[in-house]
Amino acid sequence: MEADQWREKLDQYLDGELPPAEAAALAVHLRACPGCTAEALERTHLKLALRNAGKRYQPSSRLRNKIAGSVAAKSGSRFSWQHFGWQWRLASLAALALVFATVWINSYLGRQRAAEQRVYSELADLHVAALAATTPVDVLSTDRHTVKPWFQGKIPFTFNLPELQGTNFTLLGGRVTYLEQTPGAQLIYQIRKHNISVFIFPERGTEAARLVSGAGNEMSFNIESWTRNDLRYFVIGDVSSDDIKALSKLLRDAG
Amino acid sequence: MKGREDRLSATTFEDLAMPLFDQLYNFARWLTQDTAEAEDLVQETYAKALRGFSSFRPGTNFRAWMYRILRNSFLSSRTGLKTMVAIDEEGVDEVLPAGNETPETILIVQADKETVQRGLEELPVPLREILLLCEVEEMSYQEISETLAIPIGTVMSRLFRARKALRGLLQQAAQPSGRQPRASHGGRDGS
Repeated sequence: MEADQWREKLDQYLDGELPPAEAAALAVHLRACPGCTAEALERTHLKLALRNAGKRYQPSSRLRNKIAGSVAAKSGSRFSWQHFGWQWRLASLAALALVFATVWINSYLGRQRAAEQRVYSELADLHVAALAATTPVDVLSTDRHTVKPWFQGKIPFTFNLPELQGTNFTLLGGRVTYLEQTPGAQLIYQIRKHNISVFIFPERGTEAARLVSGAGNEMSFNIESWTRNDLRYFVIGDVSSDDIKALSKLLRDAG
Repeated sequence: MKGREDRLSATTFEDLAMPLFDQLYNFARWLTQDTAEAEDLVQETYAKALRGFSSFRPGTNFRAWMYRILRNSFLSSRTGLKTMVAIDEEGVDEVLPAGNETPETILIVQADKETVQRGLEELPVPLREILLLCEVEEMSYQEISETLAIPIGTVMSRLFRARKALRGLLQQAAQPSGRQPRASHGGRDGS
């Protein structure tokens, strides 16, 4: 084949459109023909220059978002963040996080309230049941130095009792009791003929241990609760909340 | 069931069409020579393609299908009607400077990017578009044939004319007396 005939096929060759056999033959010709090689080089340069120059225009992100948004909207099944600017995305995420947090907190508080209600209700029952019993206490003594040692070996912890001299409170005695299958101490105090129960349980292992400390009431009983030295204290009685608080303070101070 | 199919096809459309967005815009901008028109054209293309996606035959060339929609939309636009003169495959040479076949052409193809871009701008749209499809979009002759709805033989002859015409324009720009608006810069970067 003459050089002119090969030259006619150069574009096809460089465009990768020449059949393999012809492409191989043209490659052989190029190695032997400086004129065709120079021509091929020039055309290759033109191709490269065009490729470089032709990639000229970039679409705006506004247009991209607009089209991506409309395509995604019509696809229906797919949500696209591209509809929104970053402020909206951030705001949406924050709102979503807030909703989750609110739901979680409400759910947590709900569970907490329910647990508190259950424990307070059980304590009120224990308090009433003890007072209604023929022998409300198992150790009958107003002396704390008698009552405290009595619990030794009966419950898996020890505690201090306050000195009541100079107060209106009187210790009546104590008994072993159970809250959620956990053994604890129940002490009964009296003020102006009203009985008050003090419950002490180990903090670990009971739902009661996870309760928030503070005051409450259950079936018109006033209740005070706190934790100290891994023990959960409850003071419950039909007296005023001031009396409950006063006894609670004495117990706290006794450590 | 039909709704599900519609959603499915629209999702597939998104997967196929969005990766072409940048290059479709570039092509549209070259055709229209105007940013606002190019944006309208690309939007119209996507809207039409999405509506007509059910008529797209799986297994055929999606890219060529999208470019054909864009080009047909351009042809029916006001700018398209004005610029897209009927191509006389034999008559293109008359309106363009002839390419010089001397070794000087090697200098021409080393013209800087802006000169090549100006050359492309000056080409009639039918020649500009086929060069863009071949060189920038790197379409095969078959794809170009599908996009422009012309036989492969016509693809080859039009490409030949387009290259020859561009060479002529670049050569003209390279001559000191030629029409080169920024000749004083003499900016040749050899790219």
